[in-house]
Amino acid sequence: MYNEMSDLSVRVAKTDISSDAAEKLQYKIIVEQLDFFYGDIQALFDISMNIEQNRVTALIGPSGCGKSTFIRTLNRMNETIPGTRMEGKVLLDGCDIYQDFDDPSQIRTRVGMVFQKSNPFPKSVFENVAYGLRVNGIKDRNLIAEVVEESLKRAALWDEVKDKLDNSAFTFSGGQQQRLCIARALAIRPEVILMDEPASALDPISTAKIEDLIGELRQHYTIVIVTHNMQQAARVSDHTAFFYEGKLIEDGPTKEIFTRPKKKKTEDYITGRFG
Amino acid sequence: MRQLKFKPKSRIREFVGEKLISVNAYAALIVTLLIFIFVFKEAIPIFTDSIIQEEAAPDKMVFKQQFYEGREAKWSWQPTSDVPKYSLMPLFIGTLKAAIIAMLFAVPLGVGAAIYSSEFAPKRLREIIKPAIEMLAAIPSVVLGFFALMILATFLQNVLGLTFRLNALNAGIALGLAVIPIVFTIAEDAMTSVPRALRDAATALGANTWQVSLTTVLPAAIPGIAAGIVLGFGRAVGETMIVLMASGNAAIVSASFLDSVRTFSATIAAELAEVVFGGTHYTVLFFIGSLLFVFTFLINLTGDFFLVRLKEKMQGRTT
Ligand SMILES: Nc1ncnc2c1ncn2[C@@H]1O[C@H](COP(=O)(O)OP(=O)(O)OP(=O)(O)O)[C@@H](O)[C@H]1O
Ligand SMILES: [Mg+2]
Repeated sequence: MYNEMSDLSVRVAKTDISSDAAEKLQYKIIVEQLDFFYGDIQALFDISMNIEQNRVTALIGPSGCGKSTFIRTLNRMNETIPGTRMEGKVLLDGCDIYQDFDDPSQIRTRVGMVFQKSNPFPKSVFENVAYGLRVNGIKDRNLIAEVVEESLKRAALWDEVKDKLDNSAFTFSGGQQQRLCIARALAIRPEVILMDEPASALDPISTAKIEDLIGELRQHYTIVIVTHNMQQAARVSDHTAFFYEGKLIEDGPTKEIFTRPKKKKTEDYITGRFG
Repeated sequence: MRQLKFKPKSRIREFVGEKLISVNAYAALIVTLLIFIFVFKEAIPIFTDSIIQEEAAPDKMVFKQQFYEGREAKWSWQPTSDVPKYSLMPLFIGTLKAAIIAMLFAVPLGVGAAIYSSEFAPKRLREIIKPAIEMLAAIPSVVLGFFALMILATFLQNVLGLTFRLNALNAGIALGLAVIPIVFTIAEDAMTSVPRALRDAATALGANTWQVSLTTVLPAAIPGIAAGIVLGFGRAVGETMIVLMASGNAAIVSASFLDSVRTFSATIAAELAEVVFGGTHYTVLFFIGSLLFVFTFLINLTGDFFLVRLKEKMQGRTT
């Protein structure tokens, strides 16, 4: 629809797809034997996992088990932390995001991210949403205005802010700010959206709005969400992965994980026996 | 189970401690106020004493004066000549010239170094750069003045082929050395205090390192950088020893930065010891002192204003 963007994705998708990986294209993201280190400390151990297209995948597990570390390897955000090291592969549509792209920012335009604590820029609502477009070289004012509106609508925020686009992002409530951050992530038209505990700092009503929103968004995007809230994982996700001490203990359809977990550890965790 | 017995807190000790601490704060405030009053008191005759006003009324200090019959009117600072001349304009221009050179030299270097240190330097290097630049602030200004007088002046004279060694350029650069650490420290602190969450947000939207710095960190830190520049300017105007040693101290009215200059602060330092107590010259020097005092006060107020803005911005209370 908008050339600037589709051009980029076409070019990116053409980079060589290994035949082995091509078979697995039904998966949006494939993680193979991933290890991750903070300095000498290993935080992730041999993680292999497939993430399905247009589904919501929930990552659960006790504090410190590596959920955030894992989700941040999916858009190369961990590279911004000095002294970290990674082994293994992350394939996006069959392309190795660490090998096949020189510039990590290309990945981040395709794999967007929403953080635990809403972090709008000290700018207006409009400029917050337009930011990702501007830094990626889009100058056409009409196009920017169009995408900003579309993104705010998709984030179910348009009606609340349409008359206040020039107001500072900080003049809105915590829940609105978080939806603004979601709109901002949507504006660059990512294919995947990573959410690290997006509702953990919000009140129940705002949380419900975010959950509804995730339900809407899954039609268009592949979503990976970290949550500490079991009910939330059960409500919003199609697929659930349970992490423990840096290892992926088990993953599968959410219903199965919550009703018939295969591993004892998983069962103990979801029934609240620890964590 | 054993009982927990909490000890009641001594009201009196708290009271005495609090008072002792507040006395310190008030003492500093009162000393400042007393200096302010003293300096102003000595300058008041400019506005009230008719004899002093004959030579140095405010308008005479600002506008061109015809000092000799038949000659053209001009600005001139010659307080000890047969016809004493008290135009402040030559000193004002001198002060401004030295300060402008200092700022032209120090702001790009200070802000540039701050950006490099906070955004691009590897951690190890940053740990060297920051203390090294801040060390500059610890060099006594008489040493900087000495350096400018002996080494920098000769260097500039050779490179630019100048007739006079001591001039606004020489003094300004030496002043700049004193201003750099002020601009650097405040600007660098402002940039490093930009929350990591903002950088992450920009990075996650596909901004590269440059874009994160220029479009996110720098705009957020602007009030802090402004504060650094304003406070640096205050130092450039108030600094005395460096300009006294490096500027040549000739009160010349010209637009050239290669002419000698005489600044307000150096004038007070050089002349106050030799004036007649309570005389016109004495009063005028105190008037200059009052001007510097008010100026510095306003500069610090402005600097503080920017720092408050910075804090608000970081905490997300304003745009
Ligand atoms: N920047 C870092 N430097 C060093 N170690 C880190 C860093 N970030 C995380 N870790 C370590 O890596 C491990 C995994 O942390 P991570 O933040 O991924 O856990 P998490 O599952 O997201 O926890 P939580 O639920 O509390 O957010 C922890 O042991 C943590 O101490
Ligand atoms: Mg986490």
